[in-house]
Amino acid sequence: MARVDRIAEPWGTRTPYGPGETWPTRVDAYLADGLGEDDVDRWVQSATILHSNGDGLDIAVKDDRIVGVRGRADDRVNHGRLGPKDLFGWQANHSPDRLTKPLIRRDGELVETDWDTAMDAVAGRCRELLAERGPSSVAFYTTGQLFLEEYYTLGLIAHGGIGTNHVDGNTRLCTATAAAALKETFASDGQPGSYTDLDSADVICLYGHNMAETQTVLWTRILDRLAGPNPPRIVCVDPRETPVARAATVHLAPRPGTNVMLMNAVLHELIGNGWIDRGYVDAHAVGFDELAQRVRDYPPEVAAEVCDVPVAQIREAARIIGTAQRLVSTVLQGFYQSHQATAAAVQVNNVHVLRGMLGRPGCGLLQMNGQPTAQNTREAGADGDLPGFRNWSNESHVAELARIWNVDPMDIPHYSPPTHAMQMFRYAEEGSIRFLYVTATNPAVSLPELARIREILAQERLFLVVQDIFLSETAQLADVVLPAATWGEKTGTFTNVDRTVHLSEKAVDPPGEARPDLDILVDFAHRLDLRDKDGAPLVKWTDPEGAFEGWKECSRGRPCDYSGLSYDRLRQRNGIQWPVTDEHPEGTERIYVDGQFWAQPDYCESYGRDLVTGAPLDETEYRALNPTGRAVLKAAEYLPPHELVSEEFPFQLITGRTLYHFHTRTKTGRAPQLQAAAPEVWVEMAASDAADRGWSEGDVLEVATPRGRVEARLRISGIRPGVLFLPFHYGYWDRPGGAGPDGRGRAANELTLTDWDPCSKQPIFKTAAAAVTRVAPGDGPAPAPTTTGSRPVSGTVPATRGGEDALADEQVRGGSR
Amino acid sequence: MKLGLAIEELHRSENHLARVLLAVSDRHKADHEVFHVARDIARWSQRHVTELARIGTDFGVDLEPEPAGEPGILERIQQTTADLLGRRPEPGLLLLADLRHVHREAAGVSLDWELLAQAAQGARKRELLALAERCHPDTLRQLRWANATLKVSATQVLVSP
Repeated sequence: MARVDRIAEPWGTRTPYGPGETWPTRVDAYLADGLGEDDVDRWVQSATILHSNGDGLDIAVKDDRIVGVRGRADDRVNHGRLGPKDLFGWQANHSPDRLTKPLIRRDGELVETDWDTAMDAVAGRCRELLAERGPSSVAFYTTGQLFLEEYYTLGLIAHGGIGTNHVDGNTRLCTATAAAALKETFASDGQPGSYTDLDSADVICLYGHNMAETQTVLWTRILDRLAGPNPPRIVCVDPRETPVARAATVHLAPRPGTNVMLMNAVLHELIGNGWIDRGYVDAHAVGFDELAQRVRDYPPEVAAEVCDVPVAQIREAARIIGTAQRLVSTVLQGFYQSHQATAAAVQVNNVHVLRGMLGRPGCGLLQMNGQPTAQNTREAGADGDLPGFRNWSNESHVAELARIWNVDPMDIPHYSPPTHAMQMFRYAEEGSIRFLYVTATNPAVSLPELARIREILAQERLFLVVQDIFLSETAQLADVVLPAATWGEKTGTFTNVDRTVHLSEKAVDPPGEARPDLDILVDFAHRLDLRDKDGAPLVKWTDPEGAFEGWKECSRGRPCDYSGLSYDRLRQRNGIQWPVTDEHPEGTERIYVDGQFWAQPDYCESYGRDLVTGAPLDETEYRALNPTGRAVLKAAEYLPPHELVSEEFPFQLITGRTLYHFHTRTKTGRAPQLQAAAPEVWVEMAASDAADRGWSEGDVLEVATPRGRVEARLRISGIRPGVLFLPFHYGYWDRPGGAGPDGRGRAANELTLTDWDPCSKQPIFKTAAAAVTRVAPGDGPAPAPTTTGSRPVSGTVPATRGGEDALADEQVRGGSR
Repeated sequence: MKLGLAIEELHRSENHLARVLLAVSDRHKADHEVFHVARDIARWSQRHVTELARIGTDFGVDLEPEPAGEPGILERIQQTTADLLGRRPEPGLLLLADLRHVHREAAGVSLDWELLAQAAQGARKRELLALAERCHPDTLRQLRWANATLKVSATQVLVSP
């Protein structure tokens, strides 16, 4: 057994393997306080929650306290491995500033109260508004971090009980484009890939996806392939020199906001050189002629100019993609949070359809997720969609759902697409939404243009409920704060991006009076006295397993079919891929085999949208386009970004993540090893830009846009010239005052613009124009990690280390080699 | 033949549609999607204006290839007003009225393209027909956008007290 500093070595020790072999097992574990495995009272099954990978793990419990974690060797996702956030992040559960009692605003101050008072206030205000202003005054903004059972219950309450169309999750910020892109091409959400595709792929493309930092264990799988015989070639599209870029055969660093241009040039080359499977396309797709015609206008020479990428690199990338035998593609925020998000992500789908690279081992397409349970937000309808990937514009789908819920179809809003998060905040701004119930997310730091968001949330006329585990920046603005239990303190299931379902069991009790989110939601429904059409309670369960059984029936026959699953099955074997039916009780690794899609007009989740205007297609248009349910090749024209650089704002600003933190750091900032690795905000700039201005590593800079200002220390990194990068994790809760910028902005979203993709409604965080000035010279390097995309170009910055406290166990158990 | 006349009329109506879209964009700056998408698709009409001017020379009409340009000062003042009004419900009704206006204008342009395509076909003017076939779908998308945005916006505007 080895002991490894997993802050210094985020991906741990290599276990090389070759194509077609099984990824070797390496069991990672971290126990606090010098405890050994023999000291542990019990191990409780779960999976990881501070990213989207869904790695199976066991929670170590001693004296009814969580004392550590250990990866599960038998889990199909991680083969025992864990990432730094998994090894150390759980410590935040024990943080002394956890919320342990409900809070209510009295004379302007939040004061402790009891559950009855708090819940009566919440349900009371909701009922008042329903009577005075109707369901359109009530909105729910949730997350990608609750469990499936909680989302399903929330969606039932909002859609089936209250009858509001205003339900969304912060998944709108992270995976809305994944869902939208899949709906455009395959007419339904659902990921065509499986993680095992990485084991045999010969080409792996990562589009705007810094997997090394966002899904560390999945990247470990690729690193192990790269260290083995016949390694895959890597194509990376990213304006930063990330660890992925360093490992790439070809690294394309386009100008932010030009992804569609770049992808169209790649498609131009694929079609022009005949690197397509014409038989597959003719048999299984529609729209080829239009796509071919569209990309004819996008030769690599044009893209090279617009994207500012060497033409030879575009050709080389296209050749690698075009000649791949087994192609895996993954897409994430560099596409999803950028200009023309869905249009760009759809072009990656087009690559796979054109090449017939779907539904076979090694031919995976993963429109990635960012959060652990984002997939469930989408499946269960907490992102506003109807549960079970049902089509809101298909009357028979609505009728079926109404039957399952035993409500009138008219009671389920389906007159227009669900209201997305940014529009909900707009309605709150103009005053038509008066009640906003926020669960497990922190919009006062994570949404764009924060000065505006804070003003909206602070309005007197808006009744704000925040259900969370810490007093976040958002919770500080609430009228009522409800203390929730978190991972390890409640039971439920969640699903990762390759459709793998895990059960996460309760290991310990939540602190103080904190309660599981499901219990709080059920309590809310009861206080509202929500009933079905026969007068029985609308929510017919009181515990997670009951909710899961309800969900199973709702999902039956739909693409995300859970009907063959149960808690007992998951206790025997955790990590099963949906669809799971009575006929396929072991789950289904591959979907879209032999070009069979879920795109038939009567069955599909979506008829699609116009990629530029976002206007939904209606049923007649879709039937004419795609009568037999094939994949849809959708072409897109390139549009210039909405905010262009100018003399006053000469830089393009992009925001993003770092390996050691998650979201607004509410958990990772409270885990000592993670916090120490990336303690404070920084700003990245290219060496040439810094040299032009005579600035040095560590100088204090002010970044400004028309929306606000942020002060950060300069990290001179391998980023593209003309581009600035700010990590978005840093808000104000650990600053004096704790609520807002107070003169010195720290949150990247002080700067971002309010604009979103018209198709997926995902906000654009990666195309703002910014100015930068030096406030003061530095007195040392920027507080940015050296192990990641923020690696300094100068060799004099001390390397990021975790030291003694970050030593974790690693046990390599070998594989098939 | 009155082909020149049809081209001239379309040149006028596309110019007008572009200005209407830009004015709507300016008036609804606080409704960010309307603001941005209206600008994006105004560009289609502006492109059509340039192409119509180019082909107009073949039919003896001399048209300005530069689109008519941004809305005037009055409409710009309304943009500031839109910002100031961002917190009041009235802009919702104004938005519905504006979208209805866009829809009507785009429907007119769509019919103009139908007329031009019919005439081009009758007169066997291949290049003109190709232009109509290339541009008309953009108009239909503008039309669908106005319709869809109206549908999405209507409920909240009309149902809220």
